[in-house]
Amino acid sequence: MTNPFRAGGHGRIDRDTTLSFTFDGTAYTGHPGDTLASALLANGVHHVADSIKYGRPRGVLAAGAEEPNAVVQIEAPFPEPMLTGTTVELYDGLDARGLSGQGRLSSRPDTARYDTLHAHCDLLVVGAGPAGLTATLSAARAGARVILVDELPEPGGSLLGSQELLDGRPATEWVGEVVAELDACADVQVLQRTTAFGHYDDGLVLALEKRTDHLGAAAPAHVSRQRIWRIRARQVVYATGAYERPVAFDDNDRPGIMLAGSARTYLNRFGVLPGRQAVVFTTNDSAYPAALELADAGVRIAAVVEAREEVPAHWRTACDERGIEIRTGHVVTGTSGVEHVSRAHVAPFSRGRLGERQGIDCDLLLVSGGWNPAVALFSQARGTLRYDAGIGAFVPAQAPGSVRTAGSAGGTFTLAGCLADGGDAASRALSALGRTGRTLTLPSTGPLPQGAPGRVLWRVPSPRDGQDGSHQFVDLQRDALVSDVLRATGAGLRSVEHVKRYTTIGTAHDQGRTSGVMTSGIVAEALGVDVADLGTMRLRPPAVPVAFAALAGRNRGELFDPVRVTALHSWHAEHGALFEDVGQWKRPWYYPQPGESMEEAVLRECRAARTGVAMMDGSTLGKINVQGPDAGVLLDRLYTNMMSTLKVGRVRYGVMCGVDGMAIDDGTVIRVAEQEFLLTTTTGNAAKVLEWMEEWLQTEWPDLRVHLTSVTEHWVTIPLVGPRSRDVLALVAPDLDADNDAFPFMSWRDATVAGIPARVCRISFSGELAYEINVPAWDGITVWNALYAAGGPFGITPYGTETMHVLRAEKAYPIIGQDTDGTVTPQDLGMSWVVSKKKPDFIGKRSFSREENQRGDRKQLVGLLPADERVLLPEGAQIIATSSIPQPPVPMLGHVTSSYRSDALQRTFALALVRSGSERIGETLYVPLDGRTVPVTVTDPVLFDKEGSRRDG
Amino acid sequence: MQLIACPWCGEREEIEFHYGGQAHVAYPDDPYALDDDQWAQYVFFRDNPKGPFAERWVHAAGCRRWFNAVRDTVTHEFLAVYDVRAPRPLLTGSAAAAQQRKGQEAS
Amino acid sequence: MHPRDNAPATPGDALPDHPDFLWRNPDPKPSYDVVIVGGGGHGLATAYYLAKNHGITDIAVLEKGWLAGGNMARNTTIIRSNYLWDESSGIYEHSLKLWETLEEDLDYPILFSQRGVLNLAHSLQDIRDSKRRVYANQLNGIDAEWLEPDEVAEVCPIVNISPDVRYPVLGATYQPRAGIAKHDYVAWGFARRADDYGIDLIQDCEVTGLDIRGGRVTGVQTTRGPIAAGKVALAAAGHSSVLASMAGLRLPLQSHPLQALVSELLEPVHPTVVMSNAVHVYVSQAHKGELVMGAGIDSYNGYGQRGAFHILERQMAAALELFPVFARAHMLRTWAGIVDVTPDASPIVGTTPVENLYLNCGWGTGGFKATPGVGWCYAHTIATGEPHPYNAPFTLARFTTGALVDEHGAAAVAH
Repeated sequence: MTNPFRAGGHGRIDRDTTLSFTFDGTAYTGHPGDTLASALLANGVHHVADSIKYGRPRGVLAAGAEEPNAVVQIEAPFPEPMLTGTTVELYDGLDARGLSGQGRLSSRPDTARYDTLHAHCDLLVVGAGPAGLTATLSAARAGARVILVDELPEPGGSLLGSQELLDGRPATEWVGEVVAELDACADVQVLQRTTAFGHYDDGLVLALEKRTDHLGAAAPAHVSRQRIWRIRARQVVYATGAYERPVAFDDNDRPGIMLAGSARTYLNRFGVLPGRQAVVFTTNDSAYPAALELADAGVRIAAVVEAREEVPAHWRTACDERGIEIRTGHVVTGTSGVEHVSRAHVAPFSRGRLGERQGIDCDLLLVSGGWNPAVALFSQARGTLRYDAGIGAFVPAQAPGSVRTAGSAGGTFTLAGCLADGGDAASRALSALGRTGRTLTLPSTGPLPQGAPGRVLWRVPSPRDGQDGSHQFVDLQRDALVSDVLRATGAGLRSVEHVKRYTTIGTAHDQGRTSGVMTSGIVAEALGVDVADLGTMRLRPPAVPVAFAALAGRNRGELFDPVRVTALHSWHAEHGALFEDVGQWKRPWYYPQPGESMEEAVLRECRAARTGVAMMDGSTLGKINVQGPDAGVLLDRLYTNMMSTLKVGRVRYGVMCGVDGMAIDDGTVIRVAEQEFLLTTTTGNAAKVLEWMEEWLQTEWPDLRVHLTSVTEHWVTIPLVGPRSRDVLALVAPDLDADNDAFPFMSWRDATVAGIPARVCRISFSGELAYEINVPAWDGITVWNALYAAGGPFGITPYGTETMHVLRAEKAYPIIGQDTDGTVTPQDLGMSWVVSKKKPDFIGKRSFSREENQRGDRKQLVGLLPADERVLLPEGAQIIATSSIPQPPVPMLGHVTSSYRSDALQRTFALALVRSGSERIGETLYVPLDGRTVPVTVTDPVLFDKEGSRRDG
Repeated sequence: MQLIACPWCGEREEIEFHYGGQAHVAYPDDPYALDDDQWAQYVFFRDNPKGPFAERWVHAAGCRRWFNAVRDTVTHEFLAVYDVRAPRPLLTGSAAAAQQRKGQEAS
Repeated sequence: MHPRDNAPATPGDALPDHPDFLWRNPDPKPSYDVVIVGGGGHGLATAYYLAKNHGITDIAVLEKGWLAGGNMARNTTIIRSNYLWDESSGIYEHSLKLWETLEEDLDYPILFSQRGVLNLAHSLQDIRDSKRRVYANQLNGIDAEWLEPDEVAEVCPIVNISPDVRYPVLGATYQPRAGIAKHDYVAWGFARRADDYGIDLIQDCEVTGLDIRGGRVTGVQTTRGPIAAGKVALAAAGHSSVLASMAGLRLPLQSHPLQALVSELLEPVHPTVVMSNAVHVYVSQAHKGELVMGAGIDSYNGYGQRGAFHILERQMAAALELFPVFARAHMLRTWAGIVDVTPDASPIVGTTPVENLYLNCGWGTGGFKATPGVGWCYAHTIATGEPHPYNAPFTLARFTTGALVDEHGAAAVAH
């Protein structure tokens, strides 16, 4: 297979290697160095897709990221939606199709890897065209740490698509020398195939490196497919180039209509002739090199249709030499063609009026309406833009201190100017860093032809009868017309942002690179206002679309959020525990035995704790060590009850409130020494409580001599629970006198447990006789195994969080976050006893006297006993006063916060927050379930061992 | 993502920090001398200026130290960082210009 | 030019045209009965209902930029009413009922699509909180159900319900009547009808001061000159604190950046709206086919309409946890709004200590869905001087009494 539209002697493709690919079901070939678009053009394929709204055939307009038409769906090797054919590097086995509307996501999992790298530099240069290269070289020679990112596979930028000479040699030779020098600099990193897409605060530039996309199915699986670079740059130079813009005329959307500079790129970079016979329609000088180079490569240039009245002599002479006719003062008014442009209609155009039309046959219509600096990233960096009426474009105005543009991104359009501008930009960036840039000897570009200003022309009047602009496309991807813009202004819209939304211009994949400024121009003309006052559409990040997977990087699956496990985790797993996620922790939920349901397992675990002995892993409880002479003072201010009076060796339960008086956490506090306390927090709140305490300590009471340290993971904590717990403890801690008098409830002792130094606390979250054994985490498994072995004869049973919840609920010990929701005070929980009357103040106290807190009908924690003792109320169920459900809205009295089957009570029970709950003890209320109601009796929340007789065994 | 200059650790990524809202809001000397309106001002009401704002940050994933900063809420730019016990600094140069520019809008 | 004949419109093209005429662009008059500050969705809806329900048409809506160019143009358009507390479900359900007839009422194709919303639960406490909300919703007459994971997959097959992910989906609440609408169309629908009533929609008109005499507001100072007003109603979302300070009012608000993003147009893959508070992402697929996504607010106060990138990266990771099929979708465009957040995540709508000055703010991340509902109630408040029963609980005074409507405590749903 051959490529009929290749130009011999041109292009940077590797003709020795042939790549096979499929487009819209047809097999083609191309070469390394091609893009999908260039390979299609080389095969004579112009019709890439049909347009979204009108179904018109569309071709390739551009050669880069600005392409609005040639949007493709990759089908193989892995489906990827909506890529521009002009930026997809060709690889063997590529299978793609043209897209007119929506892309398709694969239902197969994407197994490719993605990752992220951080990088820091003095200077980041974006774009390896002439300006970017001189900027990088200048900074590199000054010894700066420089990163150069460039979206193309090789450096050179616009030089790759031109026939410019530098120092009398092809410009790419100069590029090669510069890059060789940069490669030799240890502090310079050049990243090709890397597109900067976001500029955030403090010089954070995000760039996407496509590492293996160009390898297709041959991509090695161990190499990340794409990589996000998070570059912190002290200074940034955007040498991002410029995008050529078209001019709107009738039927300006046919395949074969192409931006002039892009055609030049296809010839010089890809060795592709985009047609055989061309008409060139231009408003400025930049189309002439395209016309001349294409002519020299064998394209017949049927005419240059020049909107200006005058053409610089240099270009006229060059055209004359090649027999190219220039029609000055003319415009293209429309085109003919079926699948492809076949004729351009040309007419004189002066003083706003069209003269007589004439058709010129062609298979290629090149258009240049001028150039728009690529300022998306500069704008993201909060650089401001100004309208330059001379070139009809928005150019950088004010740059933030650490950001500048160079080359055509800044409105400099000559090669010599770009080369010089790059070096200057680097020098200014370096001097901002207190360094001196090296002056470069710039390569010679040869004499500059005398140029002339371009003409700013947004659209050509339509020669058609009927609605104005109704065949003139502005946004090719959205199929939006000049007539749509005029309809928007006619509807009363005065802002380009409104016009954008009315017409959808600029909302497509290309973000309006070829249509945005044109829209401003047409709106300004329609409203009779200055483009400068109207402004242009806001450019939003990212500058190019970025795959979700690339942004997610490695933060997926297990790495989405760290998994925290206790030192005993593997024992639990080996013993069949199922786990509950509590914050980042994996906590044993329950330990089903073979064939056992959850309900059966939990009842068995509860029974063991109430009748024999049971043990659990409580290591996830937050633990904060509080040390210093003022430790007691700090705790007095943060807990609702008094902590400073706690004796060394004793333990006290405490509650913390927010300043609004609502309970935020609870736990035990032990006094380790005169100036040392250790407090526990709920598992999920450990970090928050420490930060809360530090906040008060550091910002409000920095005079207090206290230090706070998290010791959560230092300890393994094992509650040993049940009437036989003392017997088990005696076996593993024979030296500890665990008699009630020697070791009373709410005290702690140092002891040796299974040969390990331990701190044993006599606290109980179940109401049973219980010992909380704390040992260094490293020794946790030794102690756990010893307890498990010693308890064997007593039937010791490991239990999980579910059983813990049942046992504590039977005793009405609340779980902060389950029985509370940020609107519940300690008093609401029936725990007025934990609120000190003696302390003059503590956090939350003042709020208790607010009007809402004084209401008699606050919601209070109560117990609920379903009339049918087998009915398990769902947690979260609402409570009403009537046995029948009235029409909505139904007055609700409260809700069920906890609900369980109790082995000890031999029935179901629940805790609930109920309006005026403590006054309703004994009342029957109703829980609506599935359209009926379940009667429940309101009770005191403590349903088991109300007198507390079991805690001493 | 900003670089925030922790006074103790130097510049670190924003993800290491937690925000603490308005600075210089002292716990009332005597909460019981305040009526409910005044108490509510302390509990729930904070300034919300468009422009320079003295606010608190904590280097949560670093040294765990709280500090104050003046930051422009329009540009998000940090104009100063300072000790929690220090008064709000008078800003000079461009930071002062920003403060002045936005000062009228500050509440 | 006409769309292709005899062929269905290409997927992705399917948006109805806007009308040929939307609104006049009048210069401000010297005086109005009512001046509404803020030409976003709330301001425009309020103007419309003042005219429609109360016959008040001598109104100016002042917008400092372009109409509906603030949060109205920047939100993810989720509409639902499945809030926990009676006060919230009252006003949001009122709003949802208005949404259900809004297209006919406004005679504008607002693309209200009742495709349902799933709020995922990822922990046992999430399940408790979710069910609590479902039971409360049902008793408040709001459609709500609890779905087990396999039922979640029936509603939205692309949700990954595998137990082998970091935070498995343990179930979800489902409100079938919830959905999305097209934000610009909604705003323009209200604006066009308001303009029909003779209400002046005045753009590029920033309020720079409030005229207050003897405890009563009498007018506003603007960049287009002074305007006298019988009543002044603030509807300025993230800028409410700045405006209120012109009247010497201090509000319990903090303004934060809130970011959102869209993908390119994709074939339909996502039939509903999915929100996950624990994994922290919400996503729907809009009418043209783009995925519309959001996450939590940026932590610090900010008026810059820009947020930090790590929020988006985190959101992408969360999205792929829940929806592995999104791997090669592309983030096409991101933006940020400025949301005004109250301490209890509920709004403030009502009167102020300044006579004839009215306040509507504090909607945080929930303002879009409330647009018709709050417009209705705020109009009532302005017209009668008394709050409508639906906004009566949302007073400024609740922060003094402690009667908060705490929607982040138990509901724990961001949007």
